Amino acid sequence: MGRIVLEKVTKRFGEVEVIPPLDLTIEDGEFAVFVGPSGCGKSTLLRLIAGLEDVSSGNIAIDGQDATSTPPAKRGLAMVFQSYALYPHMSVRKNIAFPLKMAKLDQAEIDKRVNGAASVLNLSDYLDRRPGQLSGGQRQRVAIGRAIVREPAAFLFDEPLSNLDAALRVGMRLEISELHKRLETTMIYVTHDQVEAMTMADKIVVLRAGNIEQVGSPLELYHSPRNIFVAGFIGSPRMNFIEGDVAAKYGAHTIGIRPEHIAVSESEGTWSGTVGVAEHLGSDTFFHVHQTGLAETMTIRADGEVGFRHGDRIHLTPREDVIHKFDAKGLRIA
Amino acid sequence: MARAVTSRRKTINTALAWGVGLIIFFPILWTILTSFKTEGDAIAYPPKFLFFDWTLENYSVVQERSDYMRYLWNSVIIAGGSTLLGIIIAVPAAWSMAFVPSKRTKDILMWMLSTKMLPAVGVLYPIYLMFIKLGLLDTRIGLVIVLMLINLPIIVWMLYTYFKEIPGEILEAARMDGATLKEEILHVLTPMAVPGIASTILLNVILAWNEAFWTLNLTAAKAGPLTAFIASYSSPEGLFYAKLSAASTMAIAPILILGWFSQKQLVRGLTFGAVK
Repeated sequence: MGRIVLEKVTKRFGEVEVIPPLDLTIEDGEFAVFVGPSGCGKSTLLRLIAGLEDVSSGNIAIDGQDATSTPPAKRGLAMVFQSYALYPHMSVRKNIAFPLKMAKLDQAEIDKRVNGAASVLNLSDYLDRRPGQLSGGQRQRVAIGRAIVREPAAFLFDEPLSNLDAALRVGMRLEISELHKRLETTMIYVTHDQVEAMTMADKIVVLRAGNIEQVGSPLELYHSPRNIFVAGFIGSPRMNFIEGDVAAKYGAHTIGIRPEHIAVSESEGTWSGTVGVAEHLGSDTFFHVHQTGLAETMTIRADGEVGFRHGDRIHLTPREDVIHKFDAKGLRIA
Repeated sequence: MARAVTSRRKTINTALAWGVGLIIFFPILWTILTSFKTEGDAIAYPPKFLFFDWTLENYSVVQERSDYMRYLWNSVIIAGGSTLLGIIIAVPAAWSMAFVPSKRTKDILMWMLSTKMLPAVGVLYPIYLMFIKLGLLDTRIGLVIVLMLINLPIIVWMLYTYFKEIPGEILEAARMDGATLKEEILHVLTPMAVPGIASTILLNVILAWNEAFWTLNLTAAKAGPLTAFIASYSSPEGLFYAKLSAASTMAIAPILILGWFSQKQLVRGLTFGAVK
């Protein structure tokens, strides 16, 4: 069980208010991702839930119990840190067993749980090694192992994959998602990478300057972003924004069109422009188009087969049904 | 060609290093040599370097006249006790300064260090009077306390430097794993800081062992450590160089041996944090 409720939580460091009053509920078994640019307060929010930082005001409840001033050790949460934070002087076995030893479990139970976690995470062959003798991915697995043996109410992940190389990151992302499906335990995951957020989350919480900009499922955020910030942050490549007369025609201050919602053609279209850079990914091609008279650069995502080159004059046609409209304050117009 | 220059420079540097090392070590070497001479050879001119009548007589005389083992034991208790007590007090202090610093932590550290700049003799009189009142004069416990206090700033500073190098996330991980503050310090911080704590202990044992001002001023017959042992041969019988040298050699031998075997640890400890 792990339902976490934040009520009017604030955090101040001296005079600086990092988290203005904030309400948030994370349901039991949910995979919630806090995402936002660096310095948006997502890690601070996670540390408040963990108890590693004290809230300045407001309440935190875990499973209906007020945990606002409960020390981290007593909250029943497990955390995986960005730097792994393994104990360098202990073997992998002792690292994983540490929380159980602190909980004063008997040795037989500790062994059982450690071996169980090790086999789930493919660490059985490494139990007697020190963290220093492991690769980045293995260290991350040990950190996860140390978290799962406790059978916590919820897992907290603080950018756990940002120290891994790209290929490993995709693999670990999948492993964590599978772990969540199997354990069905609440997970809160902090990242600045919107791809991680989109692929893993049941619920995404987009943060900016300590404020929650929007909460919703990945597709809700993709299809109906509440404001320009969320629209620009979710989705890759980034949404194109057009202001001025073109936007006014749609009755908006700004309109947003995702790169995948613009069709390209050699001969005809609503707008035209010149290809600046064409990025061929094989499956897709990203065109960065200039001189459209709309915005400085328009990004278009086309099929991998489309073969325009630098300097080609091309025509663009947006899909009218998925154009996002925003008012002067940047808020979505329904 | 470049290679030849480098190797020649290396030779010169090595020779220079040995030269400087020998100059620094020479007084100690001379003391040790003198301790094996007769009183006559000890003051002979020109000085005799290796060719003299080697004798162990000085050592037996010194041992006969004063009980070396008693002074040695006092030194061990005073140096060891003050260091141990200092570490017990300094570990939590350094922990809080390194991991939960306040706005004034840096100031407190500087203020602690500034107490080392005070001339010791400035507080001798009040401390002496306090010791009389408390009955601590010429007791080992009294010296343990005084030496612990005068070395505490250094112990805290050194431990603080080591603790600063330990990533805070590891301690937070321990906290998340259910460790109490005591368990966190005992099972995670201390084992990770063992090299640092070891060099701190080592350096402080040496400092306390060599400390002469307080040990000479606050002891008489009973609690005197080896510094008092040497001193007893200097003033009234200053002309007996050979015996004085024998006493000095006996006094510095234990710490010299300890220093020799732990020099690697000691150098690492002293340069820790300075070089990456």
